[in-house]
Amino acid sequence: MNVGVIVFPGSNCDHDCRHVFQDVLGQSVRMIWHKEMSLTGIDAVILPGGFSYGDYLRTGAIARFSPVMGAVKTFAKDGGAVIGICNGFQILLEAGLLPGAMLRNKSLHFICKDVHVKVENAATAFTEACESGQVLKIPVAHADGNYYTDPVTLAAMQANAQIVLRYCTPEGKVTPEANPNGSLDNIAGIINPEGNVLGMMPHPERCAEEILGNQDGKLIFQSLLKAMKVKV
Amino acid sequence: MKAKIHVTLKQGILDPQGKAIEHALDSLGFKNAANVRVGKYMEVDVQETDKAKADAQVKQMCEKLLANTIIEEYRYELV
Repeated sequence: MNVGVIVFPGSNCDHDCRHVFQDVLGQSVRMIWHKEMSLTGIDAVILPGGFSYGDYLRTGAIARFSPVMGAVKTFAKDGGAVIGICNGFQILLEAGLLPGAMLRNKSLHFICKDVHVKVENAATAFTEACESGQVLKIPVAHADGNYYTDPVTLAAMQANAQIVLRYCTPEGKVTPEANPNGSLDNIAGIINPEGNVLGMMPHPERCAEEILGNQDGKLIFQSLLKAMKVKV
Repeated sequence: MKAKIHVTLKQGILDPQGKAIEHALDSLGFKNAANVRVGKYMEVDVQETDKAKADAQVKQMCEKLLANTIIEEYRYELV
């Protein structure tokens, strides 16, 4: 599989994503500078974490107008798999590829720690290597992860099983205490109605190999390979 | 023509910064301070002499980039 990792000015998890796909999962990776206009030959697109454009104005607000985003939108519209992680998720929201918006964390703190998320929908291209209800331990690192959307959109997302990951206790209970940032409905990750675009705040690329002591994040990428019928 | 633009979170949307400031004001003894909302203020010089055209452009700027209308509202004046 040819994975395209988009590099914005200020991306800082781009090489972690490259490392996981290339060195851990044996896939071919192309780093795509945000000025590029074409995604020809790319099978899946990753919008990595970081601080694109210094988070100026709003997180992701300026990156969404990068030249490459036109190609990303077309790619997504044509059914291509897109994963936005952390800042990548924020960019997908600003670009309108996923519904909603991010607010500052309720605590106002930048939160950098392991959290637990429950796989609420294991029938997606990004979670099919997981069990339904499985609890994953994945780190978050963000100041703006407090997901918000209007009640009508939230109800539609719930009805369509678009809420894929929710913050939970280590035992899998979705409680206010397990919510690190005040996110609506404990939302940690969502997909679009078509199911080919995922946005998630936790960083699976930071826990995807044995040496790191945690491989839970690898399941997200393995799911994608499975969905794309790639043999590893 | 200069646009003076204010962007704030919509009413009903939690404003954690506003809340923190409200608590700080309270602890400084300003017991009558309530509903603090934090926003952004931007000035943009618009190279346009026709006020209606400038107005339309600034509105577009706000809708497309300066505000995220899912969570924010904006207002501006042209001077």
